[in-house]
Amino acid sequence: MQKVTPGAALAPAVPSSTISRRGALQAALGIGSLALTGRSASAQGAGQKPAEIKVGIATFLSGSSSVFGVPGKQAAELLFDQLNEQGGIAGVKLRPIFIDEGPGVDHFTGEYRRLVQSENVQLIFAGISSADCLACAPLSEEMKRPTILWDCGTQRVFEEGKYSYAYRTQANATPEVLAPLLYLLKSKPDFRSVAVMNQDYAWGRDSWDIFRTGLNALKPGVRVAAELFPRFGATDFSTEVTRLLALRPDVIFSTTWGGELDAFIRQSADRKLFERSTFVIPLAESSLERVGKALPAGHIIGARGDHWFLHPSPRDPALLAKFTEDYRKRFNVYPIYSTHHMFQAVSAMKAAYEKAMAAKGGAWPNDAELAAAFRGLTFPSLTSSVTIREDGQGLENQLIGTSMHTDKYNFAVMTDMMSFPAEMITTPVGQKSIDWLKTLKPDMLDKLPATVPYKP
Amino acid sequence: MGAWFSENGLLVGLAALDGLSYAAAVFMVAVGLNLVFGVLRVLNIAHGSLYAIGGYSAASLGLFLSSRGLPEFLAYPALVVAAALVGALLGPPIERLLLRRMQDHEPVLQLLVTFALFMILEDLQKLLWGVQPVVSDAPVRLLGTVDIPFGADVIPFNAYQLYVLPGIALATLVGLAWFLRKTLAGRMIVAVTTDREAARAMGIDAAKVTLLTFTAGAALAALGGALASPTVSLVPGVGAQTIVLSFAVVATAGLGQIEGAAIAALLIGLGRSFAVYLEPELEVVIPYVIMLAVLLVRPQGLFGVAETRRI
Repeated sequence: MQKVTPGAALAPAVPSSTISRRGALQAALGIGSLALTGRSASAQGAGQKPAEIKVGIATFLSGSSSVFGVPGKQAAELLFDQLNEQGGIAGVKLRPIFIDEGPGVDHFTGEYRRLVQSENVQLIFAGISSADCLACAPLSEEMKRPTILWDCGTQRVFEEGKYSYAYRTQANATPEVLAPLLYLLKSKPDFRSVAVMNQDYAWGRDSWDIFRTGLNALKPGVRVAAELFPRFGATDFSTEVTRLLALRPDVIFSTTWGGELDAFIRQSADRKLFERSTFVIPLAESSLERVGKALPAGHIIGARGDHWFLHPSPRDPALLAKFTEDYRKRFNVYPIYSTHHMFQAVSAMKAAYEKAMAAKGGAWPNDAELAAAFRGLTFPSLTSSVTIREDGQGLENQLIGTSMHTDKYNFAVMTDMMSFPAEMITTPVGQKSIDWLKTLKPDMLDKLPATVPYKP
Repeated sequence: MGAWFSENGLLVGLAALDGLSYAAAVFMVAVGLNLVFGVLRVLNIAHGSLYAIGGYSAASLGLFLSSRGLPEFLAYPALVVAAALVGALLGPPIERLLLRRMQDHEPVLQLLVTFALFMILEDLQKLLWGVQPVVSDAPVRLLGTVDIPFGADVIPFNAYQLYVLPGIALATLVGLAWFLRKTLAGRMIVAVTTDREAARAMGIDAAKVTLLTFTAGAALAALGGALASPTVSLVPGVGAQTIVLSFAVVATAGLGQIEGAAIAALLIGLGRSFAVYLEPELEVVIPYVIMLAVLLVRPQGLFGVAETRRI
């Protein structure tokens, strides 16, 4: 595609005296090209330093997923403020522009185009919904705009497509589900039956497929007592709880989240289901503070990554403590995983700009150069670091632990934690997760990391 | 069949208990919607928002009382007080300022107006309560559980869901039926429901009846939300989820039918519950399958009366 520079595109549109037919035509073509590619003076290939870096951020501001989306937005506001106080990136201040993922994928793709074409954003963070990520990865290629998949979980994005403008700054569903499965097999190896209670949509179904496929490979012969997929958005799980009480499965696996997970935990606790079965709840970290002591000790919980405000061995304890304190002071709750994911996206953006500028001897990078800088990038998270592989997928460890109660907090915390190395639990480049999971061998359990107890 | 029952009879019993509790919760919302439709002939989509605001208000009031160190049993009257307040504060303005003005307009326009109101109230909820789940479960905790025998085992049920919800639903049904049939005010509502013009000709103040009915319907929606609030987590979108199911109940019952709403809620509650036990994949779709089956046989609903069309 012919590169359109601002001068070439706009010069004919502002003639000094008369407007020639050729000039008008050139102007129209120039403006048309501008509209089609979304290019602007601030985002040109010439690599001129912009007046500000505009970042489009897609997150859920409405609907049930806003329990993650709003904390993500709040974290972005906090982090952008802090980054701007420090002078921004290479002296350029940043401005977030938030869009709501709530209305659905069609609305989101329209907003994505608007952000590029009208707002002239330099980068886009998108999003929480896996459907939105699947839609925007091809869009990032079409519009040549660096895009960070900051929270969505679907493993399909980089297993089914190749992109040079889209990158994920955290793990995906496969390690997020495989890690708790390995933890279960290591800590409670004698279970003989399992039931699933997931929300009836893509994540609920996909995560069960990953869990079941891994389970069949690592411990064949486990009986599936029940597969329950209540309606997405359901608030009453009484019938499902009764069914599970009657079936008495050894293990109940649930990747349910948000208010639905809160309700499921409370209803299960009220009716003593936790006393009959071991729960494996990979997203429980995000509900811990809200459900208080309703979540009893002895159940397996995860945090969608190697992060938690009480992480047992953070790379920089002061950084984690500061973020936790700043966030809590401003929003009056402990930060949950979506805030960590937002930190990772902001951290990756900063690191990519710095890498790209270093490669150009300090000059400002154009879009392609900035996008290329993400490949192979290692950047700090709040607790460790994340590396983006050659396929665009982030390699992030997974922290899994067992719930316990302590006097210090009025909600459950994690103990006996394992931080699973990303390379061990992430599908290798070029392979499909379900195919790879089928090749896992039980001797994998001999190589798991040691557990770390909760430290008050 | 006999062998199947001897093997699964206990499970059927458990499913029936679950279905009864679920039906009670659904009925509490649907009955208000049905009452309002009977008098106003408006399918009020904002009914779902009134349910959600009732739930949020009851939870907030319960949490407030608890934070003040007041006795926990006050959480029970708090449910009713919150619902009454929501009905009284939101019902009259909505009816007077909005629905009354739309009375003579096309039904589709009325539907759009209530949809717009629903969107506004959804945003109002987020403004007031934020997006984090809100829970106040004292009413469930205080009553504890009841062990239901299940062969050699026992299954704990929440006493609140087993006794309180169905009890209040039954009391509402009986009370409403008695009120509509045995009191003057109730008969005036029935008269306006049956024929607004004839009722007005006989001296009934139809505008006043409409206002009172809508307020009562709003309070019933809020009461449905308040009664559900101790068992669920209140999140943005809870009103939308509820209104869809309520429409299924109302359509199955027949628009304007109170007893029909009870039967339809029971059918849908039991159907959903049995689906979870027998074929969980059907859980989501079963209320709508029941609705479809009923409407195919009786387009006016189970208890609806087919209207004569003037040609």
